[in-house]
Amino acid sequence: MPENFARFRRSHEFWLLSVILILVVGLSVMTEGFLTLQNLFDLLTSYAFLGILASGLLVVLISGGIDISFTATASIAQYITMLLANKYGLNWFIVFAMASVVGIGLGAINAVLIDRLNISSIIVSIATLNIFYGLLVFITGGKYIYSLPPWFSHGIYWFEYVDADEISYGINLQILALAVMFTLTWLILNRTNIGRQIYVLGGNREAAQRLGFNVFRLNILVYCYMGLTAGVASLIQAQLAQSVAPTVLVGKELDVLAAVVLGGASLAGGVGTVFGTILGLTLLAVMQNGLILLGVSSYYSQFFVGLVILLSVSATALSARRKRKGVMTE
Amino acid sequence: MPTFLELTHISKRFGGVQALADVDLTLESGEVHCLVGENGSGKSTLIKIISGVQPPEAGGKIIIESREYSHLNPVESTRAGIQVIYQDLSLFPNLTVAENIGVGQHLGGFHSVDWNAIRATAKRAMERIGVNLDLDVKVEDLSIANRQLVAICRAMAADAKLVIMDEPTASLTRHEVDALLALVRELKKKGICIVFVSHRLDEVLEVAERVTVLRDGKKVGTYDAKEMNDHKLAVLMTGKEFHYDLAGIDLSARKTVLSTRHLSRKGDYKDISFDLREGEILGITGLLGSGRTELALSLFGMNPPDGGEIHLNGKRLALTSNREAIDNGIAYVSEDRLTLGLVLEQSIASNTIVTILDKLKGFMGLIPQAARQSTVDRWVKDLSIKVSNTNNPVKTLSGGNQQRVVLAKWMATAPRVLILDSPTVGVDISAKDGIYEIVRGLAAKGVAVILISDEIPEVLYHSHRILIMRNGRITGEFEAHKSSEDVLRVAVNA
Ligand SMILES: Nc1ncnc2c1ncn2[C@@H]1O[C@H](COP(=O)(O)OP(=O)(O)OP(=O)(O)O)[C@@H](O)[C@H]1O
Ligand SMILES: [Mg+2]
Repeated sequence: MPENFARFRRSHEFWLLSVILILVVGLSVMTEGFLTLQNLFDLLTSYAFLGILASGLLVVLISGGIDISFTATASIAQYITMLLANKYGLNWFIVFAMASVVGIGLGAINAVLIDRLNISSIIVSIATLNIFYGLLVFITGGKYIYSLPPWFSHGIYWFEYVDADEISYGINLQILALAVMFTLTWLILNRTNIGRQIYVLGGNREAAQRLGFNVFRLNILVYCYMGLTAGVASLIQAQLAQSVAPTVLVGKELDVLAAVVLGGASLAGGVGTVFGTILGLTLLAVMQNGLILLGVSSYYSQFFVGLVILLSVSATALSARRKRKGVMTE
Repeated sequence: MPTFLELTHISKRFGGVQALADVDLTLESGEVHCLVGENGSGKSTLIKIISGVQPPEAGGKIIIESREYSHLNPVESTRAGIQVIYQDLSLFPNLTVAENIGVGQHLGGFHSVDWNAIRATAKRAMERIGVNLDLDVKVEDLSIANRQLVAICRAMAADAKLVIMDEPTASLTRHEVDALLALVRELKKKGICIVFVSHRLDEVLEVAERVTVLRDGKKVGTYDAKEMNDHKLAVLMTGKEFHYDLAGIDLSARKTVLSTRHLSRKGDYKDISFDLREGEILGITGLLGSGRTELALSLFGMNPPDGGEIHLNGKRLALTSNREAIDNGIAYVSEDRLTLGLVLEQSIASNTIVTILDKLKGFMGLIPQAARQSTVDRWVKDLSIKVSNTNNPVKTLSGGNQQRVVLAKWMATAPRVLILDSPTVGVDISAKDGIYEIVRGLAAKGVAVILISDEIPEVLYHSHRILIMRNGRITGEFEAHKSSEDVLRVAVNA
């Protein structure tokens, strides 16, 4: 046990947790509104979208790939699903199934292109981001969908509780979906052989091939999972926004990437955990929210996010270098 | 002994290169069978065919325990009990020791992970070969020797009946090599067949029962190791005779090119003073961790010393980068060619000229194709690099030929001081000879050479003077022609 703790103390997660704690304490002292149940609840609800996408992107990064087309995928999934929901009524189960299927389908396109044409994933996903998004805007003319089915607009609330100011809290659709997707991702990555195969692939692709791991199948699974999370995320975002806008999601890819990278995932593949991603997302959320509460302009907030990513990545690189040196002089 | 595996009429072509031509081979259970041959003779290719990574051409047959295959895939080969420990070890640096050993349990269709079973497998594998590593450490944090143990444990965990080791000793120190050879004998006692590939013929003869020699993709023959010696093997491998030894010449009248005075760097080396003269080959040897490589890096501007002085041609030099070192005529051929020396994905040509881009630059900073090609061709020829097309990526070359590209790259800079750090690791003897030849030629032209090596014969027979390093200090100095292997060995291990 003490050995495990020593290992944890040296980990990226420990570092993140410390930074978050310092920020939380600082913000609680400096602002009125930060450490309130309502603010925390709002944060969780509004960052659920990024969080769900982050869980998908985490899987892609671990496999050694990258995907930035998922916001376009989400936009398409959202648009198609809500269009059909308005027309045919439908229900919760069917809309989620439909959005997921659309996401998985588009993810499969990415996977096939990356694997079969052997083009790097960043280039494929830049291309598909533009293609998916371009098609969507062209076909829809950029038109918003303002009216959603009433049952959808109303959303889901569990364990609802209304406080003295008549503000209600509870497990809403966003929080529920976020919890489900994080749990699912954790289970896949740590409790199934497929998840471990994804780490194996990201750690050493050539060795994985030599040992007989099926790289094509893994690529399909990874990018389809990314698509699935995009589908799910798109619906909870539509529910929160109470509308569907084909143009608002694209552009958020880098926020998601920031959260995952802050969480310790490496673009080189093989490294990253759900816990780290949760911390990365938390750090991002606390920073952005804290700066708003402090009355700092949102442009500065971007500046700080960038700075923190740079610091975090440099810290990781430095410790890696120190470690390498340790091995060399052993 | 029962035959475990039999290969007949195995051929393999890569583009213009005939990597294997009609090779036959039988492997028996419980034997240690060495595979030797020059760089590019087809050893690794043969292994890839046995492990199912690459199919042989039609007509070849692979018989494993009397089952016949025209080709294998990695899963079939593993199931038949074949495990390969590749030159690069094929480990997963991001995963723990336990998971690397038990990684086979992740294969197959969707199922849940039994972490306890993986740990148990790893433990059992380690017990079988009597090693003891922390199961929860990530492989990236292990030394090379320990990584190799992990790779061997993985083979054990898969119930291997045949373990193939492709140049397992290339990056080990003598002490670690001894441990590995002991382990090989242990495996043999358990009835496992071991195929061992190495360029260090003394090792081969120490451990092997039978030796198969390949030359240019053809099998020269399989021999009883007892009837072989270094010399006979070398002749079989190359068809050539070799003579070593460098006559002692009087260098005292020569100009000093490089000298250090009380050079120190905390934790690496301390109080290093020596002079290096024009045309001199200075050997430096010592155990791994004696500070040799750290010193070399400092002379090359990459590991700044924190005390003492370096003089080049009488002028004090304070190098802060390798760029400056190169500009001052200092070249460094790294010990670890794969990570420091080459860009594996880039072409042979680009790798060769990368150090002299400035010199080749013509109109508007562009590199004229003709000049580029002629420079590349010259080095490919001078170093006899075996290559079908210089525009292929370096990673398609065999290990030894990669090393020659590194040499070419630095020699192209026309250095005044050339630092060679273990330049012949993983290089076959005739290529070694080629490299020594080149180094002597350079020295004769006045280049001052520092030759760092683990192998005592290498420094003894190819340097004029030898420094011994231990724990970061120079502990001895010998004139090569007045010394012997035994004297040096004692000095190194003292
Ligand atoms: N994938 C490939 N594409 C093209 N040529 C290849 C490929 N793999 C091997 N070769 C060529 O086949 C020949 C045999 O290579 P191989 O790696 O088997 O040699 P080796 O005996 O293992 O040499 P070394 O001792 O240097 O490791 C070489 O000329 C090499 O360049
Ligand atoms: Mg080889």
